[in-house]
This record gives sequence, structure tokens and C-alpha cells, in this order.
Amino acid sequence: MARKPKLAVWKFASCDGCQLSVLSCEDELLTLAGQVEIAYFPEASSAVVKGPYDLSLVEGSVTTPHDAERIQRIRAASRFLVTLGACATAGGIQALRNFRDVKEFISIVYAKPEYIQTLEKSTAISAHVKVDFELRGCPINKNQLVDVIAAFIYGPAPTVPPHSVCLDCKRKGVVCVMVARGIPCMGPVTHTGCGVLCPSYARGCYGCFGPKENPNTGSLAEWFARVGTSRDEVMRVFRNFNSDAPAFREESERQEKLS
Amino acid sequence: MTNKTIKVDYLARVEGEGAMVVRIKNGRVADVKLKIFEPPRFFEAFLRGRSYMEAPDITARICGICPVAYQMSAVHAMEDALAVAIPRSIRELRRLIYCGEWIESHALHIFMLHAPDFLGYPDAIRMAKDHPKLVQQGLELKKLGNEIISLLAGRAIHPVNVRVGGFYRVPARQELAPLAERLKHGCDACRDDVRWTRTLPMREYSHDTEFVALRHPTEYPMNEGRLVSSRGLDIHAREYDAHFEEEHVAHSNALHSVIKGRGAYLTGPLARYNLNRDRLPASVQEVAREVGLAATCRNPFESIIVRALEMLYAFEEAIRVIAEYEPPEVPAVACEPRAATGTACTEAPRGSLYHRYTIDAKGIIQDAKIVPPTSQNQKAIEDDLRQYVAPRVDMPTDQLRAECEQAIRNYDPCISCATHFLKLEVEREP
Repeated sequence: MARKPKLAVWKFASCDGCQLSVLSCEDELLTLAGQVEIAYFPEASSAVVKGPYDLSLVEGSVTTPHDAERIQRIRAASRFLVTLGACATAGGIQALRNFRDVKEFISIVYAKPEYIQTLEKSTAISAHVKVDFELRGCPINKNQLVDVIAAFIYGPAPTVPPHSVCLDCKRKGVVCVMVARGIPCMGPVTHTGCGVLCPSYARGCYGCFGPKENPNTGSLAEWFARVGTSRDEVMRVFRNFNSDAPAFREESERQEKLS
Repeated sequence: MTNKTIKVDYLARVEGEGAMVVRIKNGRVADVKLKIFEPPRFFEAFLRGRSYMEAPDITARICGICPVAYQMSAVHAMEDALAVAIPRSIRELRRLIYCGEWIESHALHIFMLHAPDFLGYPDAIRMAKDHPKLVQQGLELKKLGNEIISLLAGRAIHPVNVRVGGFYRVPARQELAPLAERLKHGCDACRDDVRWTRTLPMREYSHDTEFVALRHPTEYPMNEGRLVSSRGLDIHAREYDAHFEEEHVAHSNALHSVIKGRGAYLTGPLARYNLNRDRLPASVQEVAREVGLAATCRNPFESIIVRALEMLYAFEEAIRVIAEYEPPEVPAVACEPRAATGTACTEAPRGSLYHRYTIDAKGIIQDAKIVPPTSQNQKAIEDDLRQYVAPRVDMPTDQLRAECEQAIRNYDPCISCATHFLKLEVEREP
């Protein structure tokens, strides 16, 4: 019998929610464990199998000098590397430091800044090493995770739908919160994947899955202003969990100048 | 005389990145460190300048395991600042979503992280080969917890429907009804699981510390109550900063939360149970008696029984809320920003979670303080380890290391939560 592929789960700066999604695959977890060897997953197991690994799932962003080195070693030990979620793919909420002076941030939270080893910016894994596939979301969609792992085991290249949340909202027949109620919604520029959660709960999308391909952020920002959103607020909607994704970063910086 | 160092470079089956060092010199415990090398993320810093309405969604991202707790403490603190009163039906729905998180988080810890210690496996997946029904049932309970949160708020990790003043959308009665049927099955299974935890090989051990938890006039505490302790503390969340402080401990560069003038304390399931056993419904108290759980439980290894009991309570409470539920007239109470400071404590699965915000007249956050349960428990965990190791210094190193790891896991520490405010030094063993 062929050797089972070795799976590793790595953590960088993050909330643990994306790797928890692996354990939240309650119906699939034991099947998955039969298909792959869970070789390194400290949040779930104290057993450690040495690398190299066939598939590495990486959660979190790079924020310390040590982690910048660690990701290089992980890449070298991994045949296929997939990033999990907004932190690993775009720097995460902690990338809000990228717009400010991190020294000021340290001094707000910590009394003795000299003890803190941190980089000035929180960066995506792809800023450091080659990434084979990126799963977006804050958190990721666990069904997409299962699909990607299955695709890896059985051969075809993994894919996830690339269109906007807005398109899925129309397909689902959810009443548009922005047209009907004047609520600013990031759906038109946000990558699909969540299952149009926010509009289904009568609120505007707040961009957990980051920018879709070629988003027209400038146009949407003007629409936000037209429904009565202040420039400050517009800036903040583009500047949250995916603030360092280029399309959102550029728009939030443009709004900051206008405010 | 014994000289040795017990090290675990990367603690497994805990949430986040931590390490442990116990130094034994001349047969005595010289040093105990629970080290946190999880990178800081600066939440209190970047909350400044954000809107009060964003606090629940942003602070949820501190922890993927207990995001509801962060959302609850955030909305209560903001409502305290805005002097907003919440109607009963919204309050009940908040209790329901918190039940979902207690079930999900406790089931994760009981079955996936903690049980393997008692039964001698490195993880639940390998444990499932010999105990398939146990693991499957654990996953089933965890899934039910997640389903409560998903139904009320879209998804279990970083739910989207919690807002200051209430919810964005509230469910109709008939949306909740099918879930109630499934929860009843989960509740029955959970009652058996409490009995099962009693059959686990338990160490005789006792660690005395000050227990701190919320206490409510009638309910087992989740969202509301005064903060009380086993040594006489009895305060409103507004008085928190006058009674608790963060202490800088030289050996670990970590801030340990202590009660002023007294020191370490413990928050979480043991503390809640010890201070609120009389607030559990008779049906749950009966199960506690049946499994012989003492009125005050000081054995951290028995925390697995207490977690199972709390999970049973959460199932019963969720079923009750759904049965009595009447939708509110509006999903959220209108909130007008004003310049003020608000505070709140709620009971996260791992213990009390304190939030304090100062906002300006437009509702923009000027200052934020967040004290998660694990940072509060850190000193108590170290004290416990020191006490646990003292009579066991001559134990073979591997065994002692394994037992120390389990002693830490007894507390279900969430290092991801603790870190954004811990003072830390990246210190890894070569």
C-alpha cells in the first residue's frame, strides 16, 4: 500500500480559528485521518513525526524575526504549502500596525517595549516564500478546506470560486442590503466563500474573504459616500481583516487622504 | 540530590504557542515558568480610533475558540458606556449563543485535548482507533454547540450577527424549534458523558487557590453578575481595576494578573462551579451528586468532570431558552454614542473576561483594556505546577514531564487569548 501523505499544520500570529476549522470538520475529521498521516499538528496532538511533509497548512502572519526564519524552514520541508485564512494570506487584523508606527503600538500595550521582539509589519506568508494555494477568509470556509485537502490527495489542482459575494447574494435571492436599506456592503468587491452570511443576517458584508479579482473599490467607495457613509467609516471598512491586501490597502489609503 | 530541568518546548493540545520549564535543584523546585512565545498582536492599540460598533467583530479575532465571549464582553461594556438597557428576549438569545460556545469549547477540550491524557493517547484521532464511539460522540456534541452559534449568528468561528444593542437579525420561533429536538438528544448523551468522566483514572491531588467568578442572583453565570471570590471579593465590573492588577514577574517577562494584596487566583469552570453550585438547576446538581463531585472541587484534574457538568448545564439551558423564546420587537435596541467609559465581565468557557472601553462623543474608541481568562490564570497555573512537582522531584523525567503537561492542560489554557497583552520574550530552547 502506498504511504499516506504527511500533513502538517503550522501556526504563526493568529487567533487559532482557521486551524480550529480542521477540528470543526466534525463529520469529515476521522475520514480525513484515515487518508493522511497527521504528522505535525500541536494544537491537536502531542505526537510529532519528522518532516519532510507532503502538505503543510499554514495559519497566521509573519510578525517576528524568528517567524520570518521559521517559515523558510517550513517551506523547505514541505512539498505543497497552503495558507489558511486572512492572516496567512493578507497579514490579518494585526496588519493594522502596517499603517502606523509599531513602536507606538508596543508602548500602548506593553510597559517595557525593549522586551518585545516584533517586526514593523505583519505580512502574508507569500511575502516570504512560494505559496502553492491560498485559502481566504476570516475564518476560512471549512468545506473549502476539505476540498483543497481532497484535491491534494486525489490529484486535481485545487480551485475555489473566484467571484464576488455580491454575485452569490443574487443567486441566493437575498435582498440587497445596500439598495433596499442603504447599508454599506463590501459584497461587490469581496471574494466569495462565506456563503453570503452578512446580507443574510441583514447587515453589510465586512470583507472577511478579502478582495476578489479586479475589484472596483473606488466606485464602491463612492457609493458608500452616497448612502451617507463618512470618509472615516469608508476607510475603516476597507481597513480591517484584509487591510494589507493590495486592493483594500490602496482604497483605504485613498479614503484616508479624502477624510 | 536531584538536579534536573524538565522542559516542554512546545506545549501540545493547548490553543496557542507556549512552553514550560521546571528547574529542580538539590531536590527542590527552583523555578517554574509557563512561557508564552505567541507573537503579540496589539489589539488594545489598534482598537483606538475604531468605532464602538466594530469592537465585537474586531475583538472576536483575539480567539477563534471563544469569539462569542469576546463579542459578549464587548457589547456589554459598550452598552454600559451608553447606558442602554437590553430587553429580556435579547438577553435570552445572548445566553443561548453563549451556551453554544460553552458546549463547543468544552467538548473540544474534554474529548479532543484532555481525554487523551487520561486514556494514554497523543491525540483524539489515535484514541478513536480504540474508542471510536467516544470520539464520535464528542464530535457530535461539539458540532451541536457550533450549530447553535451558526444558527443564531451565521458561523461558529467569528459569528457575524452580534452587535451592540442586540443582533442584526433575530430568529423566528420556528427557526429554533428543529434545533431543540437535536439538543435534547445531545443533552441525554452529555448526561452519560458526565458519568463517563467519573470513570477516568483520576489523580488524588488538591490545589488551594482563590476562586473568582461571576455570581448572579438566580442564574448560573454567563453574561451578568457581580465578580465574587472564595475569599470575600464581591464587586461590580466597574470596580475591577481597583481590585486587580497586572504584576511584572522578572523571571518570565510576563504580566500576571493578581488580586491586589493577595496574589494568584483562578477563574474558569472550577471557580464557577465552586462559587455557583447552588445556581445550577436541580437536575444538574443531581448529576453532580451522583458522580460524587464535592461541593468545592480543588482537584484540577477533576476539571474534566466539571466541564462535562457545565456542558450538560449549557444543553439544558439552551433547551429552556428555545422553549420560552419570544422574538423581541426589534432585533437591536437603538444606541446613540456619547463620551463615556464602559466595563463588563462575562464568563468565557475558560473564565471571566474583562473589557473596558473609553469612547468619545462620536463613539470612537479612545482606550481599550482586555484581560482574558488565561492571563488571569497564568500565575495560579505556575503555583499549581510548583506544588505538583515538589513531592515528585524523583519521578523519571519523562513521566514527570508528561504529568506536568497534563497539569497545564487541566486549565485548558488559551495562549492565543492571553498573548495580545502579555509581556513576553521570545525564548526558545536550542
